[in-house]
Amino acid sequence: MRPPTPAPPAVPEPEPVGPSELLPSVEPPTAVEAQPGSAGQLFWRRLRRHRLALISIVVLALLAIACFGAGLFAPYGRDEQNLALGAVGPSWQHWFGTDELGRDQLSRLLYAGQISLEIGLAVALLSTLVGTVIGAVAGYLGRATDQTLMRLTDLFLVVPAVAVLAIALKKFGHDRFTIIWVLAALFWMYVARVVRAQVLSIKEQDYVEAARASGASGAWIIVRHVLPNCVGPIVVNATLSVAAAIVAESTLSFLGFGIQIPATSWGRMLADAEGTVGTSQSYLLYFPGLAILLTVLAVNFLGDGLRDAFDPQRGDA
Amino acid sequence: MTPDPPLLAVERLSVDFPTDDGPLHAVDGVTFQIDEHEVVGMVGESGSGKTVTALALLGLLPRRAQIRGSVRLRGEELLGRPERDLEQLRGETVAMVFQDALASFNPVMSVGAQVGETIAVHHPEVSASARRERVVELLELVGIPDPAGRADEYPHQYSGGMRQRAMLAMALANDPALLVADEPTTALDVTLQAQVLDVLERIRDRTGTAILLVTHDLGVVAGLAERVLVMYAGRAVEEAPVDDLFAAPRHPYTLGLLASLPRLDRRTRGSPLFRIPGQPPSLVHRPSGCAFHPRCQFRALPAPCATDVPGPVEVGAGHQAACHRTELVADVTPQQLAIGTP
Repeated sequence: MRPPTPAPPAVPEPEPVGPSELLPSVEPPTAVEAQPGSAGQLFWRRLRRHRLALISIVVLALLAIACFGAGLFAPYGRDEQNLALGAVGPSWQHWFGTDELGRDQLSRLLYAGQISLEIGLAVALLSTLVGTVIGAVAGYLGRATDQTLMRLTDLFLVVPAVAVLAIALKKFGHDRFTIIWVLAALFWMYVARVVRAQVLSIKEQDYVEAARASGASGAWIIVRHVLPNCVGPIVVNATLSVAAAIVAESTLSFLGFGIQIPATSWGRMLADAEGTVGTSQSYLLYFPGLAILLTVLAVNFLGDGLRDAFDPQRGDA
Repeated sequence: MTPDPPLLAVERLSVDFPTDDGPLHAVDGVTFQIDEHEVVGMVGESGSGKTVTALALLGLLPRRAQIRGSVRLRGEELLGRPERDLEQLRGETVAMVFQDALASFNPVMSVGAQVGETIAVHHPEVSASARRERVVELLELVGIPDPAGRADEYPHQYSGGMRQRAMLAMALANDPALLVADEPTTALDVTLQAQVLDVLERIRDRTGTAILLVTHDLGVVAGLAERVLVMYAGRAVEEAPVDDLFAAPRHPYTLGLLASLPRLDRRTRGSPLFRIPGQPPSLVHRPSGCAFHPRCQFRALPAPCATDVPGPVEVGAGHQAACHRTELVADVTPQQLAIGTP
């Protein structure tokens, strides 16, 4: 539509600024200004304001130190028996009492915590990682990839969990690593679905379009723009998985597929004390139950705090 | 010696979107070019195909869009290029700013990090400190006060005008040859519009970036563009140097647009503002022939206006109008049309 035109009206002559001059020089400048509020520092500032989250960090840290340092802190050995003593309630010698074999419950609780905490955290981490990757890829790429990955997710969801666990544990042994990966394989689908749904809405945002217009690739956009905006639901899901994994392990132990004696976990201790409900020995239930409750609550509060800390719009930093 | 190819040459670009009622012709046979350092305005009402054209230039249209024609950047065809090639062009050679600056920033990343991202994507070899220095320099260029401190703030801590200017900084990070600005002033009040236009002017003068200014605001175009392309129903209806377009429009639609502008310098007291009768056409069931003919005062029915799609007619130096009746239009000024005495 446009034949050669005569000179366009009065173009202001651009100053001779070459592209190279406008691009930053590769060598670092001599004086770099200290970054007063880098993203990491702001993150901590926001997290610090969340008192419950801070308390939770302390509680979790103490629990972890006590459990993994059980060799140092536990007053008795894990399997040390005192058959003459039998089951007695909490006392100065045995703070959390003893079971019918006279084993000190505080010591057992600490040793059991090693396995419970490990399983809870490892399963949450692993299933969140797998679920996030699958959900993000499915949601972002859409179409055939989405269909394939989501049908796979559905497949895992309808598999009868306990049966799979039983078979897997029979085949690969009852050690905690098997329990961890089998539980993770049964947990990731929930995260995947949540992340996919989030990604579906976030990828339509203008800032994703703007990033594409800046030349960012799909992988870059997922990592830098999409996932940081999914942190809330991901973190909440992860904290829920910690609790669910600890409870799932106790179910397994109860059915005899989980941790095998003489080793024990909080769930296993609960299962062992199952017959004491309403008897004078019900203290055997309380302490492992409280340990699970405390851990799950702390992880949930921490998750809340993390979610808020990741969101710069909550409270000006 | 053959002359250098223009910065951007768009030829017979057509974009259709399939719908349940048949294809929607968002853009139909649009041809224009932009030279290096040139500012070209593209005006038209909502649904005239401006934004779709802009997105097509960067290959940002959804996959269901059916694109035909040719888009050549410095002689190289862009349509049909693999995504990876386009990623290298976007933000580096051709950059784009969008209308809604708040939505165009990721809420969980600081503005400085997002401005620097364009550099990080294309020049991973640039150190973080050099990148930051460049970001501060860019924010300063677009008139952000205290750029060093503001770079660490988040989008919600910026005002609307600052966000729009920060968007420009982001687009300019790699000193692109062409900046596509899609309605950069539309969501802003008049004061902020003036600021953004100032920045665009400064950008043109200081960096020599060519600008495609997509807008529905004729005032914005008048202030900044050298040439104007008027779009209607997916087609380019008139193209002219900006002064010629305002002085002597040769397409009835352009004439109507200019007549609709409220004027402070003319006494039109008592008479209502002029408006173009009718509604913009459906892009699925477009009127036959010239898409503007149902609303046109100059039409000749049925032939040729309702039967033939008008091709561009050369009406002056660099001035074309796609109209069968452009000689008639030449005799009417917008003022005459506005006060109803053609």
